[in-house]
Amino acid sequence: MMKRRHAASNRFFMALVFLFLYAPIFLLIVFSFNAGESSVVWKGFSLKWYGELFRDRLIMQSVYTTLLVSLLATIISTIAGTFASIGFYSMRRRVREPLMTINSIPMMNADIVTGVSLCLFFVAFFNLWGDFAGWINSIQGLITLPTRLNLGFGTLLLAHISFNIPYVILSVGPKLRQMDRNLVDAAQDLGCTWMQAFWKVILPEIKPGIVSGALIAFTMSVDDFVISYFTAGSATSTLAMQIYSMTKKRISPKINAISTLLFITVLVLLVIVNIRESHQERAALTRQTGKK
Amino acid sequence: MSKELIRLVNCSMAFDGELVLDNMNLYFNDSEFLTLLGPSGCGKTTTLRIIGGFITPTSGEVLFDGVRMNDIPPHLRQVNTVFQRYALFPHLNVFENVAFGLRIGRTEEKEVNGKKKKVKVRIPQDEIRQRVLEMLEVVSLKGFENRRITELSGGQQQRVAIARALVNRPKVLLLDEPLGALDLRLRKDMQSELKRIQQQMGITFIYVTHDQEEALAMSDTIVVMDQGKIQQIGTPEDIYNEPKNAFVADFIGESNILDGIMHEDYVVEFFNRKFKCLDKGFAPMEPVDVVIRPEDIDIVPMEKGQLRGTVTSVTFKGVHYDTIVDFKGFKWLIQTTDYHPVGETIGIILNPDDIHIMHKSQYSGMFGDYSSYSEEYEEMDDVTMLDEEEEDGPREDGHEE
Repeated sequence: MMKRRHAASNRFFMALVFLFLYAPIFLLIVFSFNAGESSVVWKGFSLKWYGELFRDRLIMQSVYTTLLVSLLATIISTIAGTFASIGFYSMRRRVREPLMTINSIPMMNADIVTGVSLCLFFVAFFNLWGDFAGWINSIQGLITLPTRLNLGFGTLLLAHISFNIPYVILSVGPKLRQMDRNLVDAAQDLGCTWMQAFWKVILPEIKPGIVSGALIAFTMSVDDFVISYFTAGSATSTLAMQIYSMTKKRISPKINAISTLLFITVLVLLVIVNIRESHQERAALTRQTGKK
Repeated sequence: MSKELIRLVNCSMAFDGELVLDNMNLYFNDSEFLTLLGPSGCGKTTTLRIIGGFITPTSGEVLFDGVRMNDIPPHLRQVNTVFQRYALFPHLNVFENVAFGLRIGRTEEKEVNGKKKKVKVRIPQDEIRQRVLEMLEVVSLKGFENRRITELSGGQQQRVAIARALVNRPKVLLLDEPLGALDLRLRKDMQSELKRIQQQMGITFIYVTHDQEEALAMSDTIVVMDQGKIQQIGTPEDIYNEPKNAFVADFIGESNILDGIMHEDYVVEFFNRKFKCLDKGFAPMEPVDVVIRPEDIDIVPMEKGQLRGTVTSVTFKGVHYDTIVDFKGFKWLIQTTDYHPVGETIGIILNPDDIHIMHKSQYSGMFGDYSSYSEEYEEMDDVTMLDEEEEDGPREDGHEE
């Protein structure tokens, strides 16, 4: 009897936890399909707000910016992060460990600190650049360098690349360490240059890690708000920034619709990452037991 | 007369200031099966990696056919390696693993219109296919082409690794403890298999192992190494029957090693008794190490023995008994097919060819006493001999230069 009651109270507690976690999102999703304008009163099912969403030029522009910056940042940070991991991998343990710790600090760091510091850094650089370009323009007349640079898509992209790289490194590193060290030696022994060995042996071995890293980076980029907010300037805005600016005006259920889409995108990406990871673990497990 | 292929001249290697290879001089002949044998950390794998090109010696030269190769990267050397845990490519099947080296285009210098040009040479598909299948047949893996690496047993992976290396027709095959991960039975099979492949291909095998039985069973030449130095080079029979110092005697097989004094040619004294032996060329009254192999000792009734001792422990080993016998505090290991119970006093007879005499070396007094077999450990006063430095200067007609 006692056990039963325990189980029941456990289940009740679990339900409570999930309620608190997911009720707001559930509410948001439900009311994105509301026919009326209210976020409290249900007036029937409709896809009206989704339709309006796609007609809103500002929102579509921000979706485009988000996708573009996320894709570019993912590609660049994946390449940079992969090579960085290989660098870390060939370092000696005593050097590698502290560097890996430094690598993970930006991930732990509060987004607001990262955002503000990047913003200050860019502004400081622009000031220096202004002086430099003015000086260059004054001493010669052949080329005219722009003296005023502004925060915008470029700085947004740089910021995204910089906060994505640690995630790629963290995802590729373990795959490299799982790899038999002799594989590279073996490839070179069989006639490969280092670069050939990289393409033919290292890359296929660490590909799962690279793909996972890219997916995580993409997710991080799509869903980032704070860092983008400080580095995108006034003319560029990502989807998250657009939603934020919409909340400052009269709240329209369009926000519900776009937030639902964003939530589902990130959810799908995370599910893919998790499924991949569990697949890999299982594969690694069968590989180990298979060997014995 | 066999041709010399590779020569190491005064090769030394240090990692973080720690000397791993100490002034190594060694050469490797065409079509021989040479084994680098020694305990872990003796520098044998380092030697192999220097030949393979994975590391460059701190000092000294690596010569292939008399040409200095120190700075030539592995992919330009005509040697191939079978790695410790095979290092097969898990994303490729058996066929593609073996074909890997053939698919890599090699740049060769060719004369085109009187000018030397670097030309990429690719092997045609048909030839690759034919050579891979041929090689899989050599290693008895016919029909396994499409298997995944993960579906193979350890022994089969081993064969793939050998085929992958041999298909490139190297002049020298380097094998780094290739049988270490296999179980005993499979290891014995692979030993004869490897020997057969080596003879069939007619190329040089340089084999690294810490397993003395393996080395004795397969090699034409054994190089015994310790502490980055070559201790002895010779045929398996030489190494076993005529060990050069206490280290070799102890590392290859079991040995009782005693302190003795060489009175004159063919006469040695130990345990205050003179014995006839077959060794000569020592200084008069020179202190020496005497090696007596446990299987060479004949046990006789105690009144007929040259020496008398008491059995202190007996272990059944299948074919024979490992019998520990106490002679005046020094314990010997005797391998005999007859059972002698603990406490029995026995006599032994040593024939001249049972006794092998070695010069004293840095290893004297470190090995060859079986006191640790029994509970009551009795210390021998063999410390006095330790001050003599190693003097294994003279060398046989072997490989050392």
